[in-house]
Amino acid sequence: MGKTIAEKVFSAHSGTDASAGDIVVADVDFVMGQDGTSPLAIRALERMGVSEVFDPARVALVIDHSAPSPLEGVSALHAQMREFGKRTGAILYDVGCGVCHQLVPEQGHVVPGDLMVGCDSHTCTYGAVNVFSTGVGSTDGAAAMAAGKLWFKVPETYLVTYAGELPAGVFSKDLVLALAGRIGADGATYMALEFDGPVIGALSVEARMTISNMAIEVGAKAGLMRADAKTLAWYAGRGTRAPRPVEPDADAVYAREVTIDASALGPQVAKPHSVDNVSPIEEVAGTPIAQGFVGTCTNGRLEDLAIAASILGGRKVHPDVRFIVAPASRQVYLDAMAAGHIQTLVEAGAAVVTPGCGPCVGTHNGVPSDGENVISTANRNFKGRMGNSNAFIYLGSPATVAASVIEGCITDPRKYFG
Amino acid sequence: MEIRATAFKYGDDINTDYIISGKYKFKSTDMEAMAVHAMEELDPRYYEKVKPNGGFLVAGRNFGMGSSREQAPLVLIHANTKAVLAKSFARIFFRNAINTGLPVVECDTDLVDDGDDLELDLTAGVVRDITKGTEIPFAPLPPVMATLLADGGLVEHFRKHGGFAL
Repeated sequence: MGKTIAEKVFSAHSGTDASAGDIVVADVDFVMGQDGTSPLAIRALERMGVSEVFDPARVALVIDHSAPSPLEGVSALHAQMREFGKRTGAILYDVGCGVCHQLVPEQGHVVPGDLMVGCDSHTCTYGAVNVFSTGVGSTDGAAAMAAGKLWFKVPETYLVTYAGELPAGVFSKDLVLALAGRIGADGATYMALEFDGPVIGALSVEARMTISNMAIEVGAKAGLMRADAKTLAWYAGRGTRAPRPVEPDADAVYAREVTIDASALGPQVAKPHSVDNVSPIEEVAGTPIAQGFVGTCTNGRLEDLAIAASILGGRKVHPDVRFIVAPASRQVYLDAMAAGHIQTLVEAGAAVVTPGCGPCVGTHNGVPSDGENVISTANRNFKGRMGNSNAFIYLGSPATVAASVIEGCITDPRKYFG
Repeated sequence: MEIRATAFKYGDDINTDYIISGKYKFKSTDMEAMAVHAMEELDPRYYEKVKPNGGFLVAGRNFGMGSSREQAPLVLIHANTKAVLAKSFARIFFRNAINTGLPVVECDTDLVDDGDDLELDLTAGVVRDITKGTEIPFAPLPPVMATLLADGGLVEHFRKHGGFAL
């Protein structure tokens, strides 16, 4: 019987012939934590009586969720992470380096065929580069840091095929929002997603990450893709180890399958207060907004900033709108400056903040006021997510956000892609 | 092991931001202090209702969806939540609950009403609704998870065995 990508990765990492439903103890190639979760992992390691990590080059702590620190209490947690890094030799990415889910693949810490866990639910992002990566809690993360392994239930796989061709003005964010609207917030709970089809092949590696990033928003454990020529080209000079691409067998067994026709798709928007509350943009166009945000582990990459800049070039942000931009990493920031995108966005009226997660998770850098609507490129719009329970968050692509901040209301971006 | 407490019932898709908002979780690792904010988005009185005598948090589908924050099960434990009963759970929350020692039970919660007096028997795999005089059976945890829960969570498992002994 053929195997899925998930079954092959778990077989290779557990030394067993693993099939969906099996429980295995598997070696992990990398472990990551961020500043909302690492302090609890450090405490768990202390309580376990563990003073060393299994391999300092394979453990990273990232200060990104509240960076730079907005509060004394947070500063103390950051100090704890720095001390842990010094003491154990684990890699530490400090304030300004960027969002963990950009840094882990960008810095080559994971390569195709890897198994990794991160103490953050959006760790599923690197499925786009053929890594079985999944989010775990701090105690699981601590156990993985200590032992270099963790127990897993090998998931069934849900095959998502994107057929057709993406129309102009429609992006990978729209593809994944359409999936959330179609199968719901628990549509793939306990399962791995495998994304396939001609549309995925046509996307850049960055755009693919947007899709895998949101696998968790339908409950999935991972959002896997094949490693193709684009993936391997992206890894040229980047990976710390040689890629070991994993392909699904032609006769792999899938628990469920869905096909989405991209050719028929327009821009999609997730409405408050859940990610699966998705509408075609026509249904929400004209909704007034007080703030726009381009950034996050979903859509803060160079390509995303380039799309926003292409729309905002020579135009101005509406006077009643705050427009916040957070590049996903220092490297993205530098590349966007070199390309002129930052200049364009700032001239249009953007407030560019330090690479990090702040606005999305509501720690700082853009907490909305009561009753305000926000259009954001993030992956979650739960009530209170951006720090105010009385605000309303809409999710869309960078193009949708850029078009909307110009007009002060949710706007179909396709008019800029004629 | 039998646990008896009152049911506090909520709906479907309760996410981790509702269990403990991100605006609190980044401030501190003092779970006792954060527990007063448990479930605040849905029920600002959750802590004062549950803390004195303990309670079962009863929910519908997909409990704990969203982030990986372990603060979610931890604040529930510190608010004196004895167990969470739901029709289904999001997977990261489910693991985190077992790892931190919070019992989680997948069962038909339509049969329970808010305020019912319940007895949870984890060994027998049954929830007894004392108020209604009914029994709701549930499938026991997979052996790996049962071992971790019996050891008192993953930290205690590591302390006891010096690593994974599954």
